[in-house]
Amino acid sequence: MSSTTHHETTIEAVADLPLIRIVREFDAPRENVFRAHIDPDLVTQWLGPRGLEMKVDHYDGVTGGSYRYTHVEPDGTEHKFYGSFHEMRFPERMVQTFTWEGYPDGVSLDTAQLDDLGDGRCRLTVTSLVDSLEARDMMLSSGMDVGINEGYERLDELLARQA
Amino acid sequence: MRDDAGDELSRVFAALADPTRRDMVARLAVGDATVNELAAPYDVSVQAVSKHIKVLEEAGLVSRTRDAQRRPCRLEPGVFDLMTKWIERYRREAEDRYQRLDEVLARMDDRESAGTDQQAGAAS
Repeated sequence: MSSTTHHETTIEAVADLPLIRIVREFDAPRENVFRAHIDPDLVTQWLGPRGLEMKVDHYDGVTGGSYRYTHVEPDGTEHKFYGSFHEMRFPERMVQTFTWEGYPDGVSLDTAQLDDLGDGRCRLTVTSLVDSLEARDMMLSSGMDVGINEGYERLDELLARQA
Repeated sequence: MRDDAGDELSRVFAALADPTRRDMVARLAVGDATVNELAAPYDVSVQAVSKHIKVLEEAGLVSRTRDAQRRPCRLEPGVFDLMTKWIERYRREAEDRYQRLDEVLARMDDRESAGTDQQAGAAS
């Protein structure tokens, strides 16, 4: 059954706390959303930025497990990410670390909560906690591996207005 | 132009990387303040604070008004725009990701319902 219902992602960044919280509802039971987060065959279909190939080195989505994957840009540039699955409590809670190998000193602790909304729907709340406001702003502004140019274009406009 | 924007972004980051300067920006978000007022909470000289202000000015984050005697520092309104843009871009990337997840879930739905029907059939 395909659904065309559109749920907007909402985001929250508290000015003086190094965390970002994202909330999104899905027209699917939380069991399926949970599975789509731990089955590498499913993860590769949505987690990577559009147009980038996602290669999984390993993806062991159980408590105490770990993962490592690579996003490959069309020109062959690779971005590697890794982390540990701290707690994977089916179907309600996923706690994991996240590090971009380009900045190995940085680590984000991502806690995902899945709330059952009834009628086969659920709400996903992901809270990413880093160790400094600088790291949070890096996370917000870098876009990791996409959108940098697009961001610069908008920054051009912004700076033009500032001048 | 692109490179200029990149340099500008680097300057903004460098300016905000320092905790004292970040603090000052937070202070200025509440209202304009003179260098002396900004220096008060810190165990540093007014000269040191002036240096920080200069860095913030060069990054386009802060301006000094022409009020001859006090010359209070003021936060550029664009600073908030910049943060808002960053947050909005981050949000849109997440939304893009979750729309792909919607598609994955819709395909799982088909498979799951088929499985559920079989199970229901076996159970009854």
